[in-house]
Amino acid sequence: MSAYSVTEPTGRSKLVAGLLVTLYAVITLMPLLWIISTGFKSGPDSISYPPKIVFEPSLEGYVNLFTTRTRVAAEEFQNLPPPDTWYDEIVRDQGMVIAGPSRFGERFLNSVIIGFGSTFLSIFLGTLAAYAFSRFKVPLKDDLLFFILSTRMMPPIAVAIPIFLMYRELGLSDTHLGMILLYTAVNISLAVWLLKGFIDEIPREYEEAALIDGYTRFQAFRKVVLPQAATGIASTAIFCLIFAWNEYAFAVLLTSGTAQTAPPFIPTIIGVGGQDWPAVAAGATIFLLPVMIFTILLRKHLLRGITFGAVRK
Amino acid sequence: MAEIVIRNLRKEFGAFTAVQQSSFTIADGEFFMLLGPSGCGKTTTLRMIAGLELPTSGQILIDGEDVSQKPASQRDIAMVFQMFALYPHLNVRKNIAYPLVSQGVAKDEVKRRVEEVARILRIEHLLDKGVGGLSGGDRQRVALGRAIVRRPKAFMMDEPLGALDAEFRELMAEELRALHDRMGATTVYVTHDQLEAMQMGDKIVVMNHGVVEQFGTPQDIYDHPATLFVADFIGSPAMNFLRFEGSFRAGDTSVSLDGIPIATPELQAEAAPRPLVLGVRPEHVTLTDDSPYRARVEASEYLGTTQIVTLSTPHGMVKARIPSGHVARTGETVGLSFTARSLSLFDAATGRAFRTAANAGVHHG
Repeated sequence: MSAYSVTEPTGRSKLVAGLLVTLYAVITLMPLLWIISTGFKSGPDSISYPPKIVFEPSLEGYVNLFTTRTRVAAEEFQNLPPPDTWYDEIVRDQGMVIAGPSRFGERFLNSVIIGFGSTFLSIFLGTLAAYAFSRFKVPLKDDLLFFILSTRMMPPIAVAIPIFLMYRELGLSDTHLGMILLYTAVNISLAVWLLKGFIDEIPREYEEAALIDGYTRFQAFRKVVLPQAATGIASTAIFCLIFAWNEYAFAVLLTSGTAQTAPPFIPTIIGVGGQDWPAVAAGATIFLLPVMIFTILLRKHLLRGITFGAVRK
Repeated sequence: MAEIVIRNLRKEFGAFTAVQQSSFTIADGEFFMLLGPSGCGKTTTLRMIAGLELPTSGQILIDGEDVSQKPASQRDIAMVFQMFALYPHLNVRKNIAYPLVSQGVAKDEVKRRVEEVARILRIEHLLDKGVGGLSGGDRQRVALGRAIVRRPKAFMMDEPLGALDAEFRELMAEELRALHDRMGATTVYVTHDQLEAMQMGDKIVVMNHGVVEQFGTPQDIYDHPATLFVADFIGSPAMNFLRFEGSFRAGDTSVSLDGIPIATPELQAEAAPRPLVLGVRPEHVTLTDDSPYRARVEASEYLGTTQIVTLSTPHGMVKARIPSGHVARTGETVGLSFTARSLSLFDAATGRAFRTAANAGVHHG
């Protein structure tokens, strides 16, 4: 059937390839392992040199991440009632008492709302636009598509100051809506272009069959096109989410209080009571999780999505 | 079931006219072929009947109702696509049930009708399989199942055998025709394969460059082509064309090729001297020594019971289909005679056939 021939690789080339891939995986996973393990180290262990590979795990970093702590005078510390929870105890061991919860929880929640919100909006608008560009005669189609692409030609941060001023005037600074709109604006061009490619690959006949089978254009889109574009939508969603989740510069500039996301918050942990690397690492670990889980859940689609359309069927 | 009337149908895509002023009638229960080379507008015509394209002008009447500007979903028509267009995310059962689900048919009824259709098409064992792994023929049957399950007014088929292997095509062609005969449903079938059209169709429309060249039964079209295009497109080997200068009057029963009279059906038109084309099917050429019209044998191909002999005449090459017992040696000069009542006479400039006693009843597109 195929016009090209494929030869089974030899045992030796398989071995070499396997070694290379393993080496690459180790190099890539190293920083990740470092962060995750540092999160479970105690303060002294985290900065010991040479670094400790084997250490006694501690939840100090995680407790410090979610709390603010304070020192009290030595004689007062002696007279305190015994700690009533495990995290109290961990804080006491550091010679401090818990003053209250930290803001990490709400910052993390902000990241979730803004990241997933803008991803949803980008995908929703992107899919509809891509479908229209793919299927209908849109006046000035090529120019519009180029315009959409051109919004990516400049690094977004180059327009940071105009956006800052505009957001201040519009009252969008430091709001969830403002950040969702901003990330959507950046992601939408990627979404439209990627999704258009995926939808172009879906033969029109499927929709036409549905139209003839008695469905309206919108039903055909929902019941026939969407399931088949699922792969493309999933991989586009991952790209959008990764951008919105990791974005740092605009988050620093435009958010400070209510809508601050996790990326600008995590570095501020460093300054609280000395360089608390376990807490920073714990924050980074938790921050990694949603994108990691999202990617693992969609990995089948993602893999297909990356190679989709690469081979002419 | 339905009668479909096409009136002055026209479709333009920007500056390009895909279909020009087509008119024809598809009778109730007919197996109707839209035939022509690629780009002739046959698929566009089918898509307009189905409602996938809206005509620029003209009317499409299904059972007397003008549906030309209605969406596909309101026309009650089923379609089988060339690539079958089975929904890849649904299994066979769901694919077949899909049109019923859209009409809100009750679950039990859907199940019953899907199974009935599966039985007719002999695909009961495939119902719970995915469509991905099916063979071409089984996909074809599923696509047919999805079309017939609805009991629509008419079926549209866009080269449904085009994606099948040659050996399988024959079998499916027979199955399709048998299915049609059992259900008696009006069927419009697009093909570029003249043999398929002749073999399966009750009626054929031959199209070229968006124009309906001829409309009629396979026999009429084969025996009495209305234009040079149809004459050339239908039949294999194609009709022979003898090009000559000449004139005739109404009532004449022969034309003169460089002084040699050739008997024709009685001519009902007249023509001043002009370039003419005499059309003769290969099977209507006989090799006789006593004919004054001489030709030289160039080659012969043996086909079992018959042979195709290629001859050069003063008016161009001629292929003759003659019994293989007849010996025709290459280089030999022989006389040719033609079966008079089967000849067609065309105006070389317009390409149209002149009216004769033979083709008088034939509809000219």
